[in-house]
Amino acid sequence: MTIRLVLPAHLRTLARVSGEIKLPVDGPLTQRSVLDTLEARYPALRGTIRDQDTGQRRAFVRFFACEQDLSHEAPDAPLPDAVASGAEPLLVVGAMAGG
Amino acid sequence: MSRVRALVGTRKGAFVLSADGRRDRWEVSGPHFGGWEIYHLKGSPANPERLYASQSSSWFGQVIQRSNDGGKSWEAVGNKFAYDGPTGTHQWYDGTPHPWQFARVWHLEPSPADADTVYAGVEDAALFRTTDGGHTWQELPGLRTHESGHLWQPGAGGMCLHTILLDPSHAGRMFIAISAAGVFRTDDGGKTWRPMNRGLRSEQIPNPTAEVGHCVHRIAMHRSRPGVLFMQKHWDVMRSDDAGESWREISGNLPTDFGFPIDVHAHEPETIYVVPIKSDSEHYPPDGKLRVYRSRDGGPEWEPLTQGLPQRNCYVNVLRDAMAVDTLDPCGIYFGTTGGQVFVSPNGGDSWMPIVEHLPAVVSVEVQTLP
Repeated sequence: MTIRLVLPAHLRTLARVSGEIKLPVDGPLTQRSVLDTLEARYPALRGTIRDQDTGQRRAFVRFFACEQDLSHEAPDAPLPDAVASGAEPLLVVGAMAGG
Repeated sequence: MSRVRALVGTRKGAFVLSADGRRDRWEVSGPHFGGWEIYHLKGSPANPERLYASQSSSWFGQVIQRSNDGGKSWEAVGNKFAYDGPTGTHQWYDGTPHPWQFARVWHLEPSPADADTVYAGVEDAALFRTTDGGHTWQELPGLRTHESGHLWQPGAGGMCLHTILLDPSHAGRMFIAISAAGVFRTDDGGKTWRPMNRGLRSEQIPNPTAEVGHCVHRIAMHRSRPGVLFMQKHWDVMRSDDAGESWREISGNLPTDFGFPIDVHAHEPETIYVVPIKSDSEHYPPDGKLRVYRSRDGGPEWEPLTQGLPQRNCYVNVLRDAMAVDTLDPCGIYFGTTGGQVFVSPNGGDSWMPIVEHLPAVVSVEVQTLP
C-alpha cells in the first residue's frame, strides 16, 4: 500500500522533499513499518524522529492522523484504515514548544 | 592573492563569509541549515574544500553535514553517536548522580593529515572519531571511562567536551577540555588519559584544587610550540609551559578574568587574545564596552583593543568557540557575538570592523586561509 506522509518543514529540507510524501509500505501498517520505510528511503532522517538504537520517539516529535494523537500508541499498533487507504495522511509534527 | 573563508555557526543556521587577503570586502553565504543550531563548522587542513558541520535541534536531534566544495553544497552523513559500553553516571548540578546521555556535538576537529578523519567532542562529555568521512563514528571510550568520570559535572551549557587540540609534534598526543571536568591529555592516541589540572583553583567546587571538576572554558596552543598551552577558565586566565602538567595564572591586569574564548596569534606564539566578560552571572562586557585584550608576552601584561569595537551600551557575549585567527601576514583575528556580529581585525587586533552585524547569536567562528 502507499500512504501519504507529511513531515515538518525542517525534516522536509533534510530529506530534500517538498510537500506530502507518497510512501509505499510493505506488510502491516504500523508506526514502526512506516518509519523503517521512511528511513530506508531517506537515510538523512535516521535519528531525527526516533532514537537509532532504542526506536523510541524523540520527545519533541508527535504523530497525528485522522485528528487523533497517535504519539503514545505502541510502535507496532495498526495505523488507522484511513491512513492505509490513503484517505488521510500520517502527520509527523514537531511539538509546539517555541524556539 | 590568498583568500580567507570564515565558517560561522549560529543558533539558527550556518554562514560562510569569504574575502580576499585584504579582508575588507566580504561575501556572505547563508543561512545554511536555517533554523537549526549550528554549534560548530570546521574545514579539513588536508583538503580545505572538505567541511564538516554539527547541526542539531531539540526537536530532531543531531545531524552531521559534510561539504566537498567549500560550503556550496552539503550532504548529511552519519549521525549515530553511541557510547561504547556502559555509561554510568556523572554528577548533576546538585552533586547527585546523573546518567550519561548524548545531547549534541559541540566541536569537530578534522585531522591535519586525512580529510576523512575527524574527532568530535560531544555532550554528555565523550570523544568520538570517524575515519570514513563522517559516515560512522566510534567513541574513544578511555576518556569517558576515566576513573574520575563520576565526579565530572555540567557547566551552564551542559557537560560538554568543547576543545580538541591535536599536538603536531607528538604522534598520539592530544589535549581535550570538558566543562566542568577540566583538561585531559592522551599520549597514546586516545586509549588512556590523564587529568591535567594542577595549578587550577576553582571556588565553585568543594576542593578548589581538586584533580577534576574545573570549568575550563577553552584552551589554545600555537602549532610551533605545542608544549605551551593557554586557558580561559570560568574565572582565571592560565598558562602551562609543560604540556599541561602544571598551570600558572596570567590574568595580570585584565579588568576581569572571566570569559570564554582564548586564541593565539598565527605568527607570534606569545601573543594571545581574550574577551573579558564581567562575571559568570552577568554574561556581558564590563561597562558596556566590547574590548578584546591582547598580551604580547604570553601574559600577564594585557592591553585593551577597542578601535572599531562598540564602546558604549554593548551587552553581548562572546562564546568559547567564537574566536579564530587566519594565517595571513598581518594575522587576522575574528570573533562573533551573541548579538549576531562577526568582527575582523586584519592587523592583529589593532583595529576592527564588522563583517556582518545582524546574524542570529554566534556560537562558533573558524577561519580558513586559502591559496
